[in-house]
Amino acid sequence: MTSQHESAPALPEKHYLSGAWSPQDWLLTKDHKRIGILYLVGISIFFALGGLMAVLIRMELATPSGDLMPADVYNRVFTMHGVLMVFFFLIPSIPAVLGNFLLPIMIGAKDLAFPKINLLSWYIYMIGGAMTFYGLLVGGIDTGWTFYTPLSSGYATGPVLTVAVGVFIAGFSSILTGLNFIVTIHRMRAPGLTWFRLPLFVWGHYATSIIQILGTPVVAITILLVGAERLFHIGVFDPKIGGDPILFQHLFWFYSHPAVYIMILPSMGVVSEIIAAFSRKKVFGYKFVAFASIGIAVLGFLVWGHHMFTSGQSLYAGAVFSFITMLVAVPSAIKVFNWTATLYKGAIAWDTPLLYALGFIGLFTIGGLTGVMLGTLGFDLHVHDTYFVVAHFHYVMVGGAILGFLGGLHYWWPKITGKLYNEFWSKISAGIIFIGFNLTFFPQFILGYLGMPRRYHSYPEEFQVLNILSSAGASILGIGFVIPVIYLLASLANKRYAGNNPWGAVGLEWQIPSPPPTENFETPPVVTDEPYTYPQPDEKEAPVGV
Amino acid sequence: MSENSTLAHHFDSYAQQKESASLGMWVFISQEIMFFGGLFLAYTIYRWRFPEAFAYSSNELDIGLGLFNTIVLIGSSLTMALAVRNAALGEKNGTVRNLILTMLLGSVFLVVKGFEYAHKWQHHLIPGPNFQFSGPDPVHAQLFFVLYFSMTGLHALHMIVGLGILAWLTAQAAKGRFTPENHNYVEGVGLYWHFVDIIWIFLFPLLYLFGRHHLT
Repeated sequence: MTSQHESAPALPEKHYLSGAWSPQDWLLTKDHKRIGILYLVGISIFFALGGLMAVLIRMELATPSGDLMPADVYNRVFTMHGVLMVFFFLIPSIPAVLGNFLLPIMIGAKDLAFPKINLLSWYIYMIGGAMTFYGLLVGGIDTGWTFYTPLSSGYATGPVLTVAVGVFIAGFSSILTGLNFIVTIHRMRAPGLTWFRLPLFVWGHYATSIIQILGTPVVAITILLVGAERLFHIGVFDPKIGGDPILFQHLFWFYSHPAVYIMILPSMGVVSEIIAAFSRKKVFGYKFVAFASIGIAVLGFLVWGHHMFTSGQSLYAGAVFSFITMLVAVPSAIKVFNWTATLYKGAIAWDTPLLYALGFIGLFTIGGLTGVMLGTLGFDLHVHDTYFVVAHFHYVMVGGAILGFLGGLHYWWPKITGKLYNEFWSKISAGIIFIGFNLTFFPQFILGYLGMPRRYHSYPEEFQVLNILSSAGASILGIGFVIPVIYLLASLANKRYAGNNPWGAVGLEWQIPSPPPTENFETPPVVTDEPYTYPQPDEKEAPVGV
Repeated sequence: MSENSTLAHHFDSYAQQKESASLGMWVFISQEIMFFGGLFLAYTIYRWRFPEAFAYSSNELDIGLGLFNTIVLIGSSLTMALAVRNAALGEKNGTVRNLILTMLLGSVFLVVKGFEYAHKWQHHLIPGPNFQFSGPDPVHAQLFFVLYFSMTGLHALHMIVGLGILAWLTAQAAKGRFTPENHNYVEGVGLYWHFVDIIWIFLFPLLYLFGRHHLT
């Protein structure tokens, strides 16, 4: 928005970063904004570690024979990739970083309802992460991120217990974040900020928090039971005494399917904000988009069985799960259609955040539609445990969740740091990520459809061309992830300040200084209007008072 | 805002602070219900699958001690509720006295539970290589005892955590930290304690009382 740049805004004298910088001022801070930064550091470390594992996977799969590492090591590498990325990057990424930073500001509050619990959640997360990292250092585990019994409880070697307890502990950080968000959204809204005046980012986080509260404890007790079984060599999933390993799968997916929506719903919230801001329009069908978030959260709890079509669950259960899985496509499609309708006839500004949001819409649509394919019983039996599944969930997780996270990070970076990043490089890297991502994962749809199973370190030679394409794409994707690290960090040294509202966006967060003061608002805001009330060209021309 | 004010900086009023604390505790309890829920689900499935083994195993539990503990725990919920009322009225001594009584009753429960566990140990009812069970279907009886120890063990763990929190709360109450405007901690711990009590109200019939009438 060039018009805003002309006035050469100055950095505010006092803000949340300008206070004391000694270690305890950061490590014992109760400011939600600083805790958001702490989380950003945490998830970046685990993303880098998980990414390193991905590099090893794609290097191994560049050739048909398992020549880089033995099968056993490969099992550990893909397990650690999954564990780190799912539990320590994707789940906390948007809620704990952007949600933490923005949610109180968006609702006009000084902080989250429980600042100490917020800080505690970061420590719990880091302790869980440290245990998992220790598990990685001493050799890693080979159970897959799914910890299926009886492999995990009786047969897998390595520090399974350590990693399982690490994941268990990290789960409580997620629960506490959700708890804090729910109470904050219910009790801390500014005067006049009714539920239907909330930004859709807040709705997305509310739906996410519900899943975190109701889903995470189930996987926590499940992991605890696996740990006990491994420790005492007898347990509830132990077939020797009549226990049922399939029960583990039911309990695990009861959380882990909704967990997919923990990763994607905040991302959808980010996209709603970006689309509105860069098309200068109200989000089309606001209430539908808001309730679609809740709908996805509720339906998400009823579809776990679609991970178990081949596990021996009854055909009737499979059919019901298949049907409910189709229903999830409805609220998801509502969102996609409404974003598209919002863009229609909007005053589009092609800034970097919008590039990511558009990438999200396209890639999420592909990920979602292939999800419907996989939710179909007959098709799933054909491609179960193949690269088709791998491609599908990477389209949702990387193409959806990570693009949403990067879009949000670029959108709110000027707010968080008060600095503008390099526009040229940010657009270039958004393009590189989009191209690299598709080159990595689209061939995997074909590989899976042709029958290449997941989780093997070698494959028949006829699959090599597609695998090389995928590995080449991964290299491009890797470069695309490194460039933002460079220009975002470089922007911190930038002398040019972003100003309070570089995008000309509406929303409470853009009405306060960048970076925001510690207490967020000098005077408590009063909200009098719906969100996304951008002035429309025809409204401007209309005579006042008619 | 005065030095001694107990209103946190980010709240506008005591009412808002109180509502937030109370809602926070209810949300926490929701996640606790789901946490125990996994075990209750496992219990339901296995009891339905192995009714005979579960009924005979249930007979091994000491119904007298179970009943005694149930009464003790309900009593502790009463003293806890009284402590919350004392705190709401600003009665420092009453709060402290009732919190101490709650801790005593909670400790009695845990001691009795300890004796029950020791008894199971002596009778080789701990699942594992030394497990011995004279009733029918001894293999699946182990599953009952895995669940018995998991469920009562997790419950006891919640009691132990609760006792720790109560000890801290009593010290705070003795220092006169709680006022009629702000005794949210007492209320919150009270909710937690009642929740732990209710879990036991479900565990007692499910584990101790079932299938007795048509076995003896």
